[in-house]
Amino acid sequence: MNYTLDFTPVIEGLPSLLTACLGTFTLAICGMLLATVIGIGGVVLRQSKIAPLRWLVIVFVELIRNTPFLVQIFFIYFALPLTGIRLDPTPTAIIALGINGGAYAIEIIRGGVQSISKGQMEAGLALGLHKGQVFRLIILKPALRAIFPSLTSQFVLLTLTTSIASAISAYELTSVSQRIESDSFRSFEVYFTVTIFYLVISWLMMRLFALFSARYFAYPVK
Amino acid sequence: MNDIATTAGNTHPMISMTGVEKWYGAFQALKDINISVAKGEKIVLCGPSGSGKSTLIRCINHLETYQKGEIRVSGTVLGHQAKTIDAVRREVGMVFQQFNLFPHLTVLENCMLAPLRALKLSRQEAEGRARQLLERVKIAEQADKYPAQLSGGQQQRVAIARALCMRPQVMLFDEPTSALDPEMVKEVLDTMIGLAEEGMTMICVTHEMGFARQVADRVIFMASGAVVEEAPPAEFFSNPKHERTRKFLGEILGH
Ligand SMILES: Nc1ncnc2c1ncn2[C@@H]1O[C@H](COP(=O)(O)OP(=O)(O)OP(=O)(O)O)[C@@H](O)[C@H]1O
Ligand SMILES: [Mg+2]
Repeated sequence: MNYTLDFTPVIEGLPSLLTACLGTFTLAICGMLLATVIGIGGVVLRQSKIAPLRWLVIVFVELIRNTPFLVQIFFIYFALPLTGIRLDPTPTAIIALGINGGAYAIEIIRGGVQSISKGQMEAGLALGLHKGQVFRLIILKPALRAIFPSLTSQFVLLTLTTSIASAISAYELTSVSQRIESDSFRSFEVYFTVTIFYLVISWLMMRLFALFSARYFAYPVK
Repeated sequence: MNDIATTAGNTHPMISMTGVEKWYGAFQALKDINISVAKGEKIVLCGPSGSGKSTLIRCINHLETYQKGEIRVSGTVLGHQAKTIDAVRREVGMVFQQFNLFPHLTVLENCMLAPLRALKLSRQEAEGRARQLLERVKIAEQADKYPAQLSGGQQQRVAIARALCMRPQVMLFDEPTSALDPEMVKEVLDTMIGLAEEGMTMICVTHEMGFARQVADRVIFMASGAVVEEAPPAEFFSNPKHERTRKFLGEILGH
Protein backbone atom coordinates (compact mmCIF):
# COMPACT_ATOMS: atom_id res chain seq x y z
CA MET A 1 0.00 0.00 0.00
CA ASN A 2 2.49 2.64 -1.05
CA TYR A 3 -0.03 4.35 -3.29
CA THR A 4 0.07 8.10 -2.61
CA LEU A 5 -3.09 10.01 -3.29
CA ASP A 6 -2.73 12.82 -5.76
CA PHE A 7 -5.82 14.85 -6.49
CA THR A 8 -4.02 17.36 -8.74
CA PRO A 9 -5.43 15.96 -12.01
CA VAL A 10 -8.92 15.93 -10.47
CA ILE A 11 -8.59 19.52 -9.28
CA GLU A 12 -7.30 20.59 -12.65
CA GLY A 13 -10.17 18.73 -14.28
CA LEU A 14 -12.76 20.15 -11.92
CA PRO A 15 -14.17 22.74 -14.34
CA SER A 16 -14.73 20.10 -17.01
CA LEU A 17 -16.20 17.69 -14.44
CA LEU A 18 -18.63 20.34 -13.26
CA THR A 19 -19.75 21.23 -16.76
CA ALA A 20 -20.11 17.52 -17.44
CA CYS A 21 -22.61 17.45 -14.58
CA LEU A 22 -24.75 19.81 -16.66
CA GLY A 23 -24.60 17.22 -19.44
CA THR A 24 -25.78 14.58 -16.98
CA PHE A 25 -28.61 16.84 -15.83
CA THR A 26 -29.64 17.51 -19.41
CA LEU A 27 -29.81 13.80 -20.21
CA ALA A 28 -31.68 13.08 -16.99
CA ILE A 29 -34.24 15.87 -17.23
CA CYS A 30 -34.96 15.36 -20.93
CA GLY A 31 -35.08 11.60 -20.41
CA MET A 32 -37.57 12.01 -17.55
CA LEU A 33 -39.80 14.32 -19.54
CA LEU A 34 -39.88 11.85 -22.40
CA ALA A 35 -40.42 8.98 -19.97
CA THR A 36 -43.36 10.84 -18.40
CA VAL A 37 -44.96 11.44 -21.78
CA ILE A 38 -44.45 7.79 -22.73
CA GLY A 39 -45.67 6.69 -19.31
CA ILE A 40 -48.93 8.64 -19.43
CA GLY A 41 -49.49 8.00 -23.14
CA GLY A 42 -48.81 4.31 -22.61
CA VAL A 43 -51.37 4.13 -19.81
CA VAL A 44 -53.97 5.76 -22.06
CA LEU A 45 -53.26 3.33 -24.90
CA ARG A 46 -53.19 0.44 -22.44
CA GLN A 47 -56.83 1.23 -21.61
CA SER A 48 -57.86 1.73 -25.22
CA LYS A 49 -60.90 -0.01 -26.64
CA ILE A 50 -58.74 -1.07 -29.58
CA ALA A 51 -57.10 -4.36 -28.62
CA PRO A 52 -54.00 -4.09 -30.89
CA LEU A 53 -53.08 -0.81 -29.19
CA ARG A 54 -53.25 -2.49 -25.80
CA TRP A 55 -51.10 -5.36 -27.07
CA LEU A 56 -48.61 -2.90 -28.49
CA VAL A 57 -48.13 -1.34 -25.05
CA ILE A 58 -47.83 -4.73 -23.34
CA VAL A 59 -45.20 -5.89 -25.85
CA PHE A 60 -43.32 -2.60 -25.54
CA VAL A 61 -43.22 -2.79 -21.75
CA GLU A 62 -42.10 -6.43 -21.74
CA LEU A 63 -39.50 -5.85 -24.44
CA ILE A 64 -37.90 -2.90 -22.67
CA ARG A 65 -38.05 -4.26 -19.16
CA ASN A 66 -36.52 -7.58 -20.10
CA THR A 67 -33.52 -6.37 -22.09
CA PRO A 68 -30.39 -4.54 -20.89
CA PHE A 69 -30.25 -0.79 -21.19
CA LEU A 70 -26.78 -0.98 -22.72
CA VAL A 71 -28.15 -3.10 -25.56
CA GLN A 72 -31.05 -0.71 -26.06
CA ILE A 73 -28.79 2.30 -26.35
CA PHE A 74 -26.39 0.42 -28.70
CA PHE A 75 -29.36 -0.59 -30.80
CA ILE A 76 -30.43 3.02 -31.28
CA TYR A 77 -26.88 4.26 -31.82
CA PHE A 78 -25.36 1.52 -33.99
CA ALA A 79 -28.22 -0.47 -35.47
CA LEU A 80 -30.77 2.22 -36.35
CA PRO A 81 -28.35 4.06 -38.70
CA LEU A 82 -28.62 1.01 -40.97
CA THR A 83 -32.26 2.00 -41.51
CA GLY A 84 -31.19 5.56 -42.25
CA ILE A 85 -31.90 7.01 -38.79
CA ARG A 86 -28.65 8.50 -37.57
CA LEU A 87 -28.58 10.38 -34.27
CA ASP A 88 -25.88 12.08 -32.26
CA PRO A 89 -24.91 10.56 -28.89
CA THR A 90 -26.87 13.05 -26.79
CA PRO A 91 -30.26 12.67 -28.55
CA THR A 92 -29.64 8.94 -28.69
CA ALA A 93 -29.08 8.81 -24.95
CA ILE A 94 -32.17 10.94 -24.25
CA ILE A 95 -34.36 8.74 -26.42
CA ALA A 96 -32.96 5.56 -24.90
CA LEU A 97 -33.44 6.88 -21.36
CA GLY A 98 -36.94 8.10 -22.19
CA ILE A 99 -37.97 4.79 -23.71
CA ASN A 100 -36.46 2.77 -20.90
CA GLY A 101 -37.83 4.98 -18.13
CA GLY A 102 -41.15 5.22 -19.97
CA ALA A 103 -41.67 1.46 -19.93
CA TYR A 104 -41.27 1.40 -16.16
CA ALA A 105 -43.35 4.56 -15.78
CA ILE A 106 -46.24 2.93 -17.66
CA GLU A 107 -46.47 0.16 -15.10
CA ILE A 108 -46.06 2.51 -12.15
CA ILE A 109 -48.63 5.06 -13.35
CA ARG A 110 -51.06 2.30 -14.31
CA GLY A 111 -50.97 1.13 -10.72
CA GLY A 112 -51.82 4.67 -9.63
CA VAL A 113 -54.75 4.91 -12.02
CA GLN A 114 -56.09 1.58 -10.79
CA SER A 115 -55.90 2.81 -7.21
CA ILE A 116 -58.40 5.60 -7.91
CA SER A 117 -61.93 4.57 -6.99
CA LYS A 118 -64.37 3.84 -9.77
CA GLY A 119 -66.67 6.43 -8.20
CA GLN A 120 -64.38 9.25 -9.38
CA MET A 121 -64.72 8.14 -12.98
CA GLU A 122 -68.48 7.73 -12.61
CA ALA A 123 -68.92 11.14 -11.02
CA GLY A 124 -67.08 12.70 -13.95
CA LEU A 125 -69.08 10.81 -16.55
CA ALA A 126 -72.36 11.61 -14.78
CA LEU A 127 -71.46 15.30 -15.07
CA GLY A 128 -71.30 14.94 -18.85
CA LEU A 129 -67.51 14.87 -19.23
CA HIS A 130 -65.95 12.61 -21.85
CA LYS A 131 -63.73 9.71 -20.91
CA GLY A 132 -60.63 11.61 -22.01
CA GLN A 133 -61.57 14.63 -19.92
CA VAL A 134 -62.28 12.42 -16.94
CA PHE A 135 -58.82 10.88 -17.24
CA ARG A 136 -57.03 14.18 -17.74
CA LEU A 137 -58.92 16.36 -15.28
CA ILE A 138 -60.04 13.95 -12.58
CA ILE A 139 -58.03 10.73 -12.49
CA LEU A 140 -54.51 11.75 -13.48
CA LYS A 141 -53.45 14.01 -10.64
CA PRO A 142 -54.61 11.84 -7.72
CA ALA A 143 -53.18 8.82 -9.56
CA LEU A 144 -49.77 10.49 -9.91
CA ARG A 145 -49.87 11.54 -6.31
CA ALA A 146 -50.53 7.97 -5.21
CA ILE A 147 -47.44 6.61 -6.97
CA PHE A 148 -45.16 9.62 -6.76
CA PRO A 149 -42.68 8.00 -4.34
CA SER A 150 -42.20 5.05 -6.73
CA LEU A 151 -41.90 7.37 -9.69
CA THR A 152 -39.28 9.38 -7.81
CA SER A 153 -37.09 6.32 -7.19
CA GLN A 154 -37.52 5.24 -10.79
CA PHE A 155 -36.40 8.64 -12.00
CA VAL A 156 -33.43 8.81 -9.62
CA LEU A 157 -32.45 5.46 -11.11
CA LEU A 158 -32.86 6.96 -14.56
CA THR A 159 -30.57 9.80 -13.53
CA LEU A 160 -27.84 7.34 -12.51
CA THR A 161 -28.40 5.31 -15.67
CA THR A 162 -27.21 8.34 -17.69
CA SER A 163 -23.68 7.10 -16.89
CA ILE A 164 -24.23 4.21 -19.32
CA ALA A 165 -24.46 6.78 -22.09
CA SER A 166 -20.68 7.03 -21.72
CA ALA A 167 -20.61 3.82 -23.78
CA ILE A 168 -21.57 5.88 -26.83
CA SER A 169 -19.47 8.84 -25.63
CA ALA A 170 -22.42 11.08 -24.89
CA TYR A 171 -21.37 14.21 -23.08
CA GLU A 172 -21.95 13.51 -19.39
CA LEU A 173 -20.07 13.01 -16.14
CA THR A 174 -18.85 9.42 -16.55
CA SER A 175 -17.37 9.86 -20.02
CA VAL A 176 -15.59 13.06 -19.04
CA SER A 177 -14.17 11.41 -15.93
CA GLN A 178 -13.01 8.44 -18.02
CA ARG A 179 -11.06 10.86 -20.15
CA ILE A 180 -9.38 12.45 -17.12
CA GLU A 181 -8.65 9.02 -15.70
CA SER A 182 -7.02 7.70 -18.86
CA ASP A 183 -4.90 10.85 -19.16
CA SER A 184 -3.74 10.81 -15.54
CA PHE A 185 -4.07 7.15 -14.43
CA ARG A 186 -5.48 8.51 -11.16
CA SER A 187 -8.35 6.00 -11.08
CA PHE A 188 -9.07 6.09 -7.37
CA GLU A 189 -9.07 9.87 -7.11
CA VAL A 190 -11.18 10.35 -10.23
CA TYR A 191 -13.84 7.75 -9.43
CA PHE A 192 -13.95 8.70 -5.78
CA THR A 193 -14.74 12.28 -6.80
CA VAL A 194 -17.28 11.15 -9.39
CA THR A 195 -19.00 8.97 -6.81
CA ILE A 196 -19.47 12.02 -4.61
CA PHE A 197 -20.78 13.97 -7.58
CA TYR A 198 -23.36 11.30 -8.35
CA LEU A 199 -24.46 11.23 -4.72
CA VAL A 200 -25.02 14.97 -4.81
CA ILE A 201 -26.86 14.73 -8.14
CA SER A 202 -29.17 12.02 -6.76
CA TRP A 203 -29.82 14.06 -3.69
CA LEU A 204 -30.61 17.15 -5.79
CA MET A 205 -33.03 15.12 -7.90
CA MET A 206 -34.83 13.88 -4.82
CA ARG A 207 -35.09 17.44 -3.51
CA LEU A 208 -36.44 18.55 -6.86
CA PHE A 209 -39.12 15.85 -6.76
CA ALA A 210 -39.98 16.66 -3.16
CA LEU A 211 -40.40 20.33 -4.05
CA PHE A 212 -42.53 19.50 -7.06
CA SER A 213 -44.65 17.17 -4.99
CA ALA A 214 -45.12 19.74 -2.23
CA ARG A 215 -46.36 22.27 -4.75
CA TYR A 216 -48.32 20.15 -7.19
CA PHE A 217 -49.87 17.72 -4.71
CA ALA A 218 -50.59 20.26 -2.01
CA TYR A 219 -54.27 19.34 -1.54
CA PRO A 220 -55.15 17.55 1.71
CA VAL A 221 -56.40 13.97 1.79
CA LYS A 222 -58.20 12.15 4.55
CA MET B 1 -82.50 12.14 -36.43
CA ASN B 2 -84.16 8.85 -35.55
CA ASP B 3 -82.29 8.65 -32.33
CA ILE B 4 -82.92 12.09 -31.00
CA ALA B 5 -86.67 11.97 -31.14
CA THR B 6 -87.30 15.22 -29.32
CA THR B 7 -90.61 16.28 -30.72
CA ALA B 8 -92.97 19.18 -30.34
CA GLY B 9 -95.07 19.61 -27.24
CA ASN B 10 -94.07 19.00 -23.67
CA THR B 11 -96.43 16.12 -23.24
CA HIS B 12 -93.86 13.36 -22.85
CA PRO B 13 -92.76 12.36 -19.37
CA MET B 14 -89.39 13.50 -18.06
CA ILE B 15 -88.24 9.93 -17.74
CA SER B 16 -89.83 6.85 -19.18
CA MET B 17 -88.53 3.33 -18.94
CA THR B 18 -90.31 0.70 -20.97
CA GLY B 19 -89.58 -2.98 -20.70
CA VAL B 20 -86.03 -2.41 -19.46
CA GLU B 21 -84.10 -5.58 -18.73
CA LYS B 22 -80.54 -5.93 -17.62
CA TRP B 23 -78.25 -8.87 -17.07
CA TYR B 24 -74.88 -9.18 -15.44
CA GLY B 25 -73.77 -12.26 -17.33
CA ALA B 26 -76.40 -14.86 -16.51
CA PHE B 27 -77.79 -12.91 -13.56
CA GLN B 28 -80.80 -10.76 -14.33
CA ALA B 29 -80.56 -7.52 -12.36
CA LEU B 30 -83.57 -5.71 -13.85
CA LYS B 31 -86.76 -7.41 -14.98
CA ASP B 32 -89.25 -5.67 -17.26
CA ILE B 33 -89.02 -2.24 -15.66
CA ASN B 34 -91.78 0.18 -16.67
CA ILE B 35 -91.63 3.52 -14.95
CA SER B 36 -92.76 6.92 -16.05
CA VAL B 37 -91.81 10.07 -14.17
CA ALA B 38 -93.54 13.35 -14.99
CA LYS B 39 -91.82 16.71 -14.87
CA GLY B 40 -91.62 17.89 -11.27
CA GLU B 41 -92.50 14.50 -9.85
CA LYS B 42 -90.57 13.09 -6.88
CA ILE B 43 -90.08 9.38 -6.67
CA VAL B 44 -88.64 7.43 -3.78
CA LEU B 45 -87.23 4.07 -4.74
CA CYS B 46 -86.76 1.52 -1.99
CA GLY B 47 -86.26 -2.17 -1.54
CA PRO B 48 -83.96 -4.69 0.06
CA SER B 49 -80.21 -4.74 -0.62
CA GLY B 50 -79.43 -6.23 -4.01
CA SER B 51 -82.91 -5.59 -5.39
CA GLY B 52 -81.52 -3.49 -8.25
CA LYS B 53 -82.24 0.09 -7.11
CA SER B 54 -78.79 1.41 -7.92
CA THR B 55 -78.71 -0.50 -11.18
CA LEU B 56 -82.02 1.05 -12.18
CA ILE B 57 -81.09 4.66 -11.62
CA ARG B 58 -77.62 4.13 -13.09
CA CYS B 59 -79.24 2.97 -16.31
CA ILE B 60 -80.98 6.34 -16.59
CA ASN B 61 -77.68 8.16 -17.15
CA HIS B 62 -76.05 5.18 -18.79
CA LEU B 63 -73.50 4.44 -16.11
CA GLU B 64 -74.87 0.94 -16.67
CA THR B 65 -75.90 -0.48 -19.99
CA TYR B 66 -79.07 -2.48 -20.41
CA GLN B 67 -79.91 -5.16 -22.91
CA LYS B 68 -83.61 -4.73 -23.58
CA GLY B 69 -86.25 -2.03 -23.55
CA GLU B 70 -86.07 1.71 -23.94
CA ILE B 71 -85.25 4.65 -21.71
CA ARG B 72 -86.22 8.17 -22.67
CA VAL B 73 -85.08 11.26 -20.86
CA SER B 74 -87.26 14.27 -21.65
CA GLY B 75 -88.16 12.64 -24.93
CA THR B 76 -84.62 11.74 -26.00
CA VAL B 77 -84.17 8.05 -26.49
CA LEU B 78 -81.11 7.02 -24.55
CA GLY B 79 -79.37 5.11 -27.29
CA HIS B 80 -75.94 3.66 -26.95
CA GLN B 81 -74.08 6.32 -28.93
CA ALA B 82 -71.76 8.70 -27.16
CA LYS B 83 -73.61 11.73 -28.51
CA THR B 84 -77.00 10.97 -26.98
CA ILE B 85 -75.44 9.66 -23.80
CA ASP B 86 -73.57 12.91 -23.28
CA ALA B 87 -76.68 14.95 -24.07
CA VAL B 88 -78.68 13.01 -21.52
CA ARG B 89 -75.97 13.16 -18.87
CA ARG B 90 -75.95 16.93 -19.07
CA GLU B 91 -79.67 16.91 -18.26
CA VAL B 92 -79.45 14.40 -15.44
CA GLY B 93 -77.62 15.15 -12.21
CA MET B 94 -76.50 12.37 -9.94
CA VAL B 95 -75.57 12.26 -6.27
CA PHE B 96 -73.72 9.22 -4.94
CA GLN B 97 -73.62 7.52 -1.59
CA GLN B 98 -69.86 8.14 -1.33
CA PHE B 99 -70.08 11.81 -2.48
CA ASN B 100 -67.29 11.30 -5.03
CA LEU B 101 -66.01 14.83 -4.82
CA PHE B 102 -62.72 15.36 -6.64
CA PRO B 103 -60.09 15.51 -3.88
CA HIS B 104 -57.57 17.61 -5.80
CA LEU B 105 -60.02 20.42 -6.57
CA THR B 106 -61.45 22.97 -4.17
CA VAL B 107 -65.18 23.04 -3.50
CA LEU B 108 -65.53 25.87 -6.00
CA GLU B 109 -63.44 24.08 -8.63
CA ASN B 110 -65.45 20.90 -8.12
CA CYS B 111 -68.56 22.88 -9.00
CA MET B 112 -67.00 24.69 -11.95
CA LEU B 113 -65.30 21.78 -13.69
CA ALA B 114 -68.18 20.35 -15.68
CA PRO B 115 -69.83 23.68 -16.57
CA LEU B 116 -66.45 24.80 -17.94
CA ARG B 117 -65.55 21.61 -19.76
CA ALA B 118 -68.85 20.04 -20.73
CA LEU B 119 -71.02 23.13 -21.18
CA LYS B 120 -68.10 25.37 -22.26
CA LEU B 121 -69.27 28.22 -20.07
CA SER B 122 -66.93 31.13 -19.46
CA ARG B 123 -65.01 31.13 -16.19
CA GLN B 124 -67.01 34.07 -14.97
CA GLU B 125 -70.32 32.42 -15.72
CA ALA B 126 -69.27 29.09 -14.24
CA GLU B 127 -68.01 30.74 -11.09
CA GLY B 128 -71.18 32.79 -10.72
CA ARG B 129 -73.29 29.68 -10.99
CA ALA B 130 -71.10 27.75 -8.59
CA ARG B 131 -71.16 30.45 -5.93
CA GLN B 132 -74.91 30.87 -6.25
CA LEU B 133 -75.54 27.16 -5.80
CA LEU B 134 -73.05 26.82 -2.96
CA GLU B 135 -75.02 29.59 -1.32
CA ARG B 136 -78.18 27.63 -1.86
CA VAL B 137 -76.81 24.53 -0.13
CA LYS B 138 -75.56 26.86 2.62
CA ILE B 139 -71.88 26.20 2.18
CA ALA B 140 -70.67 29.30 0.34
CA GLU B 141 -68.08 30.10 2.99
CA GLN B 142 -66.29 26.79 2.32
CA ALA B 143 -65.76 27.50 -1.38
CA ASP B 144 -61.97 27.52 -1.20
CA LYS B 145 -61.58 24.44 0.96
CA TYR B 146 -60.73 20.98 -0.30
CA PRO B 147 -63.18 18.07 0.10
CA ALA B 148 -61.02 16.37 2.74
CA GLN B 149 -61.43 19.43 4.95
CA LEU B 150 -65.22 19.10 5.08
CA SER B 151 -67.55 16.89 7.09
CA GLY B 152 -69.53 14.18 5.32
CA GLY B 153 -72.71 16.24 5.37
CA GLN B 154 -70.93 19.24 3.93
CA GLN B 155 -69.33 17.10 1.23
CA GLN B 156 -72.67 15.70 0.22
CA ARG B 157 -74.17 19.18 0.00
CA VAL B 158 -71.27 20.22 -2.23
CA ALA B 159 -71.95 17.16 -4.37
CA ILE B 160 -75.57 18.30 -4.73
CA ALA B 161 -74.46 21.82 -5.66
CA ARG B 162 -71.96 20.40 -8.14
CA ALA B 163 -74.69 18.43 -9.88
CA LEU B 164 -77.03 21.45 -9.87
CA CYS B 165 -74.37 23.59 -11.57
CA MET B 166 -75.19 21.73 -14.78
CA ARG B 167 -78.80 23.00 -14.47
CA PRO B 168 -80.15 19.47 -14.82
CA GLN B 169 -83.80 18.71 -15.43
CA VAL B 170 -83.69 15.61 -13.26
CA MET B 171 -81.76 14.68 -10.16
CA LEU B 172 -80.93 11.11 -9.22
CA PHE B 173 -79.91 10.29 -5.66
CA ASP B 174 -78.41 6.93 -4.74
CA GLU B 175 -78.63 6.55 -0.97
CA PRO B 176 -77.26 10.04 -0.39
CA THR B 177 -77.42 9.80 3.40
CA SER B 178 -76.34 6.20 3.99
CA ALA B 179 -72.65 7.01 4.40
CA LEU B 180 -73.29 9.88 6.82
CA ASP B 181 -73.06 10.05 10.57
CA PRO B 182 -76.58 10.31 11.97
CA GLU B 183 -76.21 13.93 13.02
CA MET B 184 -75.47 14.97 9.43
CA VAL B 185 -78.38 13.23 7.76
CA LYS B 186 -80.77 16.07 8.43
CA GLU B 187 -78.76 18.81 6.73
CA VAL B 188 -78.61 16.75 3.54
CA LEU B 189 -82.27 15.78 3.67
CA ASP B 190 -83.22 19.42 4.25
CA THR B 191 -81.27 20.37 1.15
CA MET B 192 -83.11 17.71 -0.82
CA ILE B 193 -86.46 18.83 0.55
CA GLY B 194 -85.63 22.39 -0.50
CA LEU B 195 -84.85 21.15 -3.98
CA ALA B 196 -88.09 19.21 -4.12
CA GLU B 197 -90.07 22.25 -3.08
CA GLU B 198 -88.57 24.20 -5.95
CA GLY B 199 -90.07 21.70 -8.34
CA MET B 200 -87.07 19.57 -9.30
CA THR B 201 -87.85 16.19 -10.81
CA MET B 202 -86.20 13.68 -8.50
CA ILE B 203 -85.65 9.97 -8.16
CA CYS B 204 -84.24 9.11 -4.76
CA VAL B 205 -83.04 5.74 -3.63
CA THR B 206 -83.32 6.05 0.10
CA HIS B 207 -84.51 4.32 3.20
CA GLU B 208 -85.37 7.61 4.90
CA MET B 209 -89.06 6.96 5.15
CA GLY B 210 -89.73 10.31 6.81
CA PHE B 211 -88.35 11.96 3.69
CA ALA B 212 -90.50 9.70 1.53
CA ARG B 213 -93.63 10.65 3.48
CA GLN B 214 -92.83 14.33 3.27
CA VAL B 215 -91.81 14.83 -0.35
CA ALA B 216 -92.52 11.78 -2.48
CA ASP B 217 -95.36 11.78 -4.96
CA ARG B 218 -94.90 8.07 -5.34
CA VAL B 219 -92.93 5.35 -3.61
CA ILE B 220 -91.70 2.50 -5.75
CA PHE B 221 -90.78 -0.74 -4.06
CA MET B 222 -88.42 -3.14 -5.80
CA ALA B 223 -87.41 -6.68 -5.02
CA SER B 224 -85.23 -9.11 -6.99
CA GLY B 225 -84.87 -6.75 -9.93
CA ALA B 226 -88.56 -6.09 -10.45
CA VAL B 227 -90.99 -3.38 -9.39
CA VAL B 228 -93.31 -5.00 -6.85
CA GLU B 229 -95.49 -2.11 -5.89
CA GLU B 230 -95.86 1.61 -6.42
CA ALA B 231 -98.17 3.98 -4.63
CA PRO B 232 -98.37 7.45 -3.10
CA PRO B 233 -96.62 7.42 0.27
CA ALA B 234 -99.78 7.61 2.40
CA GLU B 235 -101.16 4.53 0.73
CA PHE B 236 -97.79 2.80 0.48
CA PHE B 237 -97.12 3.00 4.20
CA SER B 238 -100.64 2.48 5.54
CA ASN B 239 -101.90 -0.08 3.12
CA PRO B 240 -99.14 -2.04 1.36
CA LYS B 241 -100.66 -4.61 -0.98
CA HIS B 242 -97.89 -7.15 -1.32
CA GLU B 243 -96.52 -9.45 1.28
CA ARG B 244 -92.93 -8.55 0.33
CA THR B 245 -93.65 -4.88 0.81
CA ARG B 246 -95.15 -5.51 4.22
CA LYS B 247 -92.17 -7.58 5.24
CA PHE B 248 -89.76 -4.90 4.03
CA LEU B 249 -91.65 -2.11 5.80
CA GLY B 250 -91.76 -4.19 8.94
CA GLU B 251 -87.98 -4.53 8.89
CA ILE B 252 -87.23 -0.97 8.03
CA LEU B 253 -89.72 0.72 10.32
CA GLY B 254 -88.92 -1.71 13.09
CA HIS B 255 -92.50 -2.91 13.60
N1 LIG C 1 -70.97 -5.24 -11.73
C1 LIG C 1 -71.78 -6.24 -11.33
N2 LIG C 1 -71.57 -7.51 -11.73
C2 LIG C 1 -72.38 -8.50 -11.34
N3 LIG C 1 -73.45 -8.34 -10.56
C3 LIG C 1 -73.73 -7.11 -10.12
C4 LIG C 1 -72.91 -5.99 -10.49
N4 LIG C 1 -73.43 -4.88 -9.92
C5 LIG C 1 -74.52 -5.29 -9.24
N5 LIG C 1 -74.71 -6.62 -9.37
C6 LIG C 1 -75.81 -7.39 -8.79
O1 LIG C 1 -77.02 -6.85 -9.22
C7 LIG C 1 -77.95 -6.84 -8.16
C8 LIG C 1 -78.52 -5.47 -7.97
O2 LIG C 1 -77.49 -4.62 -7.48
P1 LIG C 1 -77.77 -3.13 -7.04
O3 LIG C 1 -76.47 -2.55 -6.66
O4 LIG C 1 -78.56 -2.45 -8.10
O5 LIG C 1 -78.70 -3.33 -5.77
P2 LIG C 1 -79.26 -2.25 -4.77
O6 LIG C 1 -80.72 -2.45 -4.73
O7 LIG C 1 -78.76 -0.90 -5.12
O8 LIG C 1 -78.63 -2.73 -3.40
P3 LIG C 1 -78.06 -1.87 -2.17
O9 LIG C 1 -79.24 -1.48 -1.33
O10 LIG C 1 -77.19 -2.84 -1.46
O11 LIG C 1 -77.32 -0.71 -2.72
C9 LIG C 1 -77.26 -7.39 -6.93
O12 LIG C 1 -77.64 -8.71 -6.76
C10 LIG C 1 -75.80 -7.28 -7.27
O13 LIG C 1 -75.10 -8.35 -6.69
MG1 LIG D 1 -77.39 0.47 -4.23
